[in-house]
Amino acid sequence: MSVTEAAPPARAAGTAAPSRFRMSWRTLLLGLFGLLVLLSIGRVLTGANDITSGGTFGAALGLAVPIGLAALGGLWSERAGVVNIGLEGMMIFGTWFGAWGALQFGSPWAGVIAGLAGGALGGLLHAIATVTFGVDHIISGVAITMLGQGVTQYLSKLVFEGMPGGGETQSPRVPAPERVSIPGIGEPLQALEAKGWFLLSDLAGLLRGLTQNVSLLTIVAILLVPLSYWLLWRTAFGLRLRSCGERPVAAESLGVNVYFYKYVAVIVSGALAGLGGAFLSLVAAGIYREGQTGGRGFIGLAAMIFGNWRPGGLAGGAALFGFTDALQLRQGGVSVHALLLVIALLLVAFAVYQAVRRRHVRAAVIAAVCALAVFVVFAVTDTVPDQFTSFTPHLATLLVLSLASQRLRMPAADGVPYRRGQAS
Amino acid sequence: MKPAVELRGITKRFPGVVANKNIELSVATGHVHAVVGENGAGKSTLMKILYGMLRPDEGEIRVNGEKVVFHSPADAIAAGIGMVHQHFMLADNLTVLENVILGSEPRRMFGIDFAAARRRINEISERYGLGVDPDALVEDIGVGERQRVEILKVLYRGARILILDEPTAVLVPQEVEELFRNLRSLVEQGLTIIFISHKLDEVLSVADAITVIRRGETVANVSPKEVTARRLAELMVGSELPSPETGESTVTDEVALEVSGLSLSKDGRPLLDGIDLRIRKGEVVGIAGVEGNGQAELVEAIMGMRPIDSGTIRLLGEDITHWPTLRRRERGIAYIPEDRHRHGLLLDAPLWENRILGHQTRRPNAKGPWIDRAGARRDTQRIVEQYDVRTPGIDVAASALSGGNQQKLIVGREMSGEPVVLIAAHPTRGVDVGAQAAIWDHLRRARAEGLAVLLISADLDELIGLSDTLKVILRGRLVAEFDPSRVTPDELGCAMTGAQEVA
Amino acid sequence: MTGFVDRLLGRVPLNGVLAIVAPVLAIVFAALVTSIVLIVTGNPPVDTLLLMVEYGVRPRTLVLTINQATTFYLSAVAVAIGFRMNLFNIGVDGQYRLAALIAAAVGGAVVLPAPLHIALIVVVAVLVGALWAAIAGVLKVTRGVSEVISTIMLNAIATGLGAWLLTQWAVPIAGSNNIGTRPIPESGRVPGFELIPGTTQQVFGFIIVAALVGVGFHVMLNHTRFGFELRATGQSEPAAVASGVNVKRMVVLAMVISGGTAGLVGMPQLLGHSYTYSLDFPAGLGFTGIAIALLGRNHPVGIVFASLLWAFLDNSAQILDLEGIPKEIVTIMQGTIVLSVIVAYELAHRYSQVALQRRVGRELGEVKA
Repeated sequence: MSVTEAAPPARAAGTAAPSRFRMSWRTLLLGLFGLLVLLSIGRVLTGANDITSGGTFGAALGLAVPIGLAALGGLWSERAGVVNIGLEGMMIFGTWFGAWGALQFGSPWAGVIAGLAGGALGGLLHAIATVTFGVDHIISGVAITMLGQGVTQYLSKLVFEGMPGGGETQSPRVPAPERVSIPGIGEPLQALEAKGWFLLSDLAGLLRGLTQNVSLLTIVAILLVPLSYWLLWRTAFGLRLRSCGERPVAAESLGVNVYFYKYVAVIVSGALAGLGGAFLSLVAAGIYREGQTGGRGFIGLAAMIFGNWRPGGLAGGAALFGFTDALQLRQGGVSVHALLLVIALLLVAFAVYQAVRRRHVRAAVIAAVCALAVFVVFAVTDTVPDQFTSFTPHLATLLVLSLASQRLRMPAADGVPYRRGQAS
Repeated sequence: MKPAVELRGITKRFPGVVANKNIELSVATGHVHAVVGENGAGKSTLMKILYGMLRPDEGEIRVNGEKVVFHSPADAIAAGIGMVHQHFMLADNLTVLENVILGSEPRRMFGIDFAAARRRINEISERYGLGVDPDALVEDIGVGERQRVEILKVLYRGARILILDEPTAVLVPQEVEELFRNLRSLVEQGLTIIFISHKLDEVLSVADAITVIRRGETVANVSPKEVTARRLAELMVGSELPSPETGESTVTDEVALEVSGLSLSKDGRPLLDGIDLRIRKGEVVGIAGVEGNGQAELVEAIMGMRPIDSGTIRLLGEDITHWPTLRRRERGIAYIPEDRHRHGLLLDAPLWENRILGHQTRRPNAKGPWIDRAGARRDTQRIVEQYDVRTPGIDVAASALSGGNQQKLIVGREMSGEPVVLIAAHPTRGVDVGAQAAIWDHLRRARAEGLAVLLISADLDELIGLSDTLKVILRGRLVAEFDPSRVTPDELGCAMTGAQEVA
Repeated sequence: MTGFVDRLLGRVPLNGVLAIVAPVLAIVFAALVTSIVLIVTGNPPVDTLLLMVEYGVRPRTLVLTINQATTFYLSAVAVAIGFRMNLFNIGVDGQYRLAALIAAAVGGAVVLPAPLHIALIVVVAVLVGALWAAIAGVLKVTRGVSEVISTIMLNAIATGLGAWLLTQWAVPIAGSNNIGTRPIPESGRVPGFELIPGTTQQVFGFIIVAALVGVGFHVMLNHTRFGFELRATGQSEPAAVASGVNVKRMVVLAMVISGGTAGLVGMPQLLGHSYTYSLDFPAGLGFTGIAIALLGRNHPVGIVFASLLWAFLDNSAQILDLEGIPKEIVTIMQGTIVLSVIVAYELAHRYSQVALQRRVGRELGEVKA
C-alpha cells in the first residue's frame, strides 16, 4: 500500500513524466465516506433499506473474500511477470479439493489446506507450461481453466456421487470454520440501523457487517493482504520477485534465478486462488457445487487491474465487486434498482470532475448522457429482473475497467515470455 | 604483478557461427584496457563469457593469476568482476536503491535493511563523485545518471575489475569527458577497467592498452601511443575504410517536404517545439542530436504515426498534416525506421511478404483489394539482386538474415515505388561495414536522381559525410545549422548539448 | 526474437513434417496421460479406448460427428480470426448464443419464401454476433480494456440478457417442461442430406456454408490486403503501424468479423435440427472453439482436422456411460491434448529454428556474432 503522494520531479529532456495515481490515506477515507453518503442518499430516496444494512455489508465482506484472494493470486503472479488467466481454473480446483478435504478428514481446516494444495497444483501446471516451455500465458491459462472444469467434473462423479447428500455435480454438506464477532456492540448497532437515520444508520450497518459473525477464514484472508505487501515490498525475496516482472534480464545479470522466482510466484498465485475457492465451498455455500466460481477468478483479475497491481488497491476493488455481488444475491431486484440511482449520481459526479478538473469536455458529456440514461431506466422501472441482476458484478467489472483502464501501469515485463541468456 | 584478467584460447560456437576463436587477452591491473572491433566481431560474446553469462567451449580464464570457471554472473561478481552493460539493465519502475541492491540485499531480521543500503550507496557515490540519488525512480532520471547507477551497481558489490560495454554510445562529447574523469578516478584507486568500443578517437584518448578483435579473433595488441585512429580502423576492418564524403551538390530548388511550426507535447511537456524544416529535391538534410531530444517524435510526426498539437506538413506543396500514414506512404514518403526489428520487418514472415510491408496497396504487390503474390515475389527477387541482399532465397524468414542484409532489403523496398522523400533514421546502425558502404552508395545515387532525404543519425561521420545541410535538435527545437564541409565534431557536440546555444 | 504466440497461432510456417508430427505426438502423449488416469481410477485403459473407437466409427455416430464438427469448425474459425491478430475473443460463447436466440425469435415470427427466410435468419445472427463482439473491440480501442476480460464479462451479460429475452418471447414446447422460441416454419429450415451409407441420419445442409466460411477465411488471410494487414498486425504491431495500418480500425473490424462468424455457430443446430432456441440449446461451444483453434494452429485446413477429432472424441464417449465409465474422462483427454499440443508446437519450433540457423549459416558462410 503506497501512502505517499508522489510529486513528479523535474526531468531531463526527452524523458516523459507519467501521471501516477498514488493513493494517500486521506483520499482513500474521503472516497469511502463519499460513497457511503451516496449510498445513504440512494437508500433514503428509494426506500431500499437493504443496500446499507448490516446483513448486506456482512455478505459483501464474505463475497469480497474469494474475489480478493483471486486478485491477490493474480498480483503475485503478475508481479513476477506471468499473466495468470488460469486463476478461475485454480479456484475451481480449490472449491472441489476444499470440500473433499473437509469431508475426508472431518475438519474444515483440512479442507482449507486441501484447497490450497489443489490450487497450487494448478499453479504448478501453469508455471511448467509458461516458464519452462515458454507457452503463451493467456493460452495456458485458458487451457488450465478448461482442465479445471473437466477434472473436477470427473472427480465429482467418482467421489461425491456415492455419498449421502452428494451427487455428480455437488458434494454433501461440508463443515464450516468458526465465526467470530466483536462482543457487545452487535445489538446497539442493529438498533441504530433500524432507526433509518441518514448516514448514521448506514454507518451502523457498515460497522455491524464488518464486526459481527465474521468467519475465521475471512480474517485469515484479510491478513494475507498486508502480509503480501510486506513480503513483496519489504523483503529481499519480494524485491527479486518483482524485478522478474519488471526487467528479468537485469535480475538475471545480478545472479537472480528468474525461473525459480517465477515458479514460486505462480505456485503461490495458484494456492491463493485455491484458498479463494475453498472459501466459496466451505464458508460461502457450505457445499461444493459445479460452477460455483461463476467467473470470480476473472473478476479477481479485474480487481487487480483496478487496484493498479497493488495490494491495497485490489482490496478496494474486491470490496466493490463483493458489494455488488451481495446486493444482487440478497434483495436482487429492489437493491439493484436502487443501485441504479446511485450509479446515476456517481456518473454525474464523474462528469463534473472531468469537465472542471480535467477539462475533458467530450468525456464529461458522454458521462452525463450515460447518467441520464441510467436515471431514465431507474425512473421507468420498479425493479430489475433476476436475469439482469445475475450479471451485476460482471457489468460493474466492465464499467470500472472502461473508466479506469487508462491510468494504470502494469509490471513492465508482464506477460512477456522469458528465456535465460536473453541479455543482448 | 599478475595481470588482473587473462583470457587464453577462448573459443565459442553458436549454431552456424563461430563467435570467438582462440581469443587471447591480457589486462594489467590498474589499466584502462580497450577492446575494439566492429559490429559483429565478437566483442559482446567475449564479455558475456568473462562475466559468466555464457560458458566458453574452449579456453581458460584467469583472474589475478588464478584460474576460474564461471557458471553464472554470480560467480563473476564473487570474483570481483562487474559488468556495465551497453543497454542498461535497470528496472524503470523500481528506485535506484532497489535496482542497486537487487540480488545483494542487506538484511535486517526478516526484511531488507533499507537504511544500511542507503548509507552504503551514498558513501560510494561520494567517494567516486557519482552524484546519484538512491530514492529516485529510474524512469525519472536521465541517461548519464543511469549509467552512473550502473557503475555504482558494480561498485556496490565490491567489483575491482569493471567491464564497460560501449559506454559512450548514448553520451555526448561533454558527458564522455565526464565519464572518462570518473574512470580515471576509479583507476587511481586501484581498479581495473575493460572498455569495449568502436569509437576510436575516444579509445585513443583514454586507454592504456588496446586489443583489436576481428571476425572473432585477436588481431593485435597495441599501445595507444604507437598507433593512429586510421591504423586502428584498418586493423579492425582489415581493409580500406569507406569514406562517407559525397561529390558535387545535387540540390535543386524544388521543395519536396516542408514542415512549419510543428509542435507536440505530452503531459504538458513539449517534445517538439515549433520545428521549421525544408528539404529540397536532391538534398540530404541531416539532423544531429543526443537521443531523446525529439528526433523520434519528429520522424513519427512526419510519418503520421503520432498526432501533433499544431503546425503543418506539406509534401510537394500539398498539405498532408492530417493524412493517415498509409496515404502519406502512397503519396511518396518512404521510411527506413530506426529499429528495423520492431518497425521495419515481420521477422517470422518470408522475405517476399516483407517486401509487401508498407506497400500493400500498390503495384506490384497488390491489385485492388487483392495481394498479387507472384508480382511481389518477382519484385523481391529484383530487390535481392539489385541491392545485393545475401540470402538463400526469398522464402526464408527475415529473422534468418544478418542485420546488414535485412537493412539492405528494407532500403531496396523503400526505394521502390519512386519515392519523393525518404526518412532515414539511423540507416546504418548495427550494420556491418560492407553493407554500410552499399547503403551509403544507394542513398547518394537516389539523391542524385532527385530524392529528398531526411537523415537522422548518431554517427557524426555519417552525418557530416552525407548531408548537404546539417541541423541540430535539442529539447525539441532546431537550435543550430552547420555547413557539413566545415563543421568539426566538437562544434557539433557543443550544439547538441546546449553548451553554447547557437541561434 | 519471435514470440511463442506467433509460432503457435500459425503466423509462422512450421515446415512440412513438423507441422504434423507435433500435434500427433501431443495426442499420443495425451492418450498416455488419460490411460494413467483411467488405471488409477480402476478402469482398463486399452479396452476403454478401443470401445470408444469401435463406437465412434459406426455410421450413425459418424454422421453425428460430422454434424458436431460443422458447428465446432465455425466456432474455431471465429476464434482463429481473432487469434491471428493477437486478439483473444473469449466471447464467442456469448456471441453465438445471443445471436441464435434473436435469430430464432425473428425466424419464428415471420414467414417468407424459403431462400429469403433462411437468409434473414442467418443475417440477423451474423449481425447480432458482430455487434456483441464490437462492444469489446470498441472498449479495447477507446479505453484500453483488455478484450480477454471484457469478452468474458460480456459472456455473463449475454447469458443474463438472453435468459430474460427468452422469458419474454418463449412458448412452451409440447410434451416437456421446456420453453423455446416459436418454432421456425418449413420455409426457414435447411434440409439435410444423406452422406454416410448405412444410416438414415442426415448430415446438416449448413455444412456447405461452413465449408464456404473456411474457404473465405483462407482467401481473406492469404490473398487480400485486409488479410495481409491483419496478419501483420498480429505478428508485429509496431511494424504494422509504420507500414500504414490503422490498428484501431483493424481491431474493431477483426472483432466484428470474428463475432459475425460466431453468430453462425448456432445455425447448423437451429436450422437443421431443433428449429427453436430453447433452454437446452447447446452451450459452451465458444470454449471448445478456442481449444480447436489452438489445435489447428488457426489454419483453415488444420481446424478441419481438429474439429473432426474433437467431435469424434465427444461422440464416441457416449458409449462410456453405458459401460459405467465416467465420460468426463474425455474432457480430461481433451484438456490434456490442448496443453500438450501447445507445448509440442513450441518445442518443434525451437528445433526448426536451430536447424534454420545452421542451414543459413552453412549456405552463406557468414560469421554472425
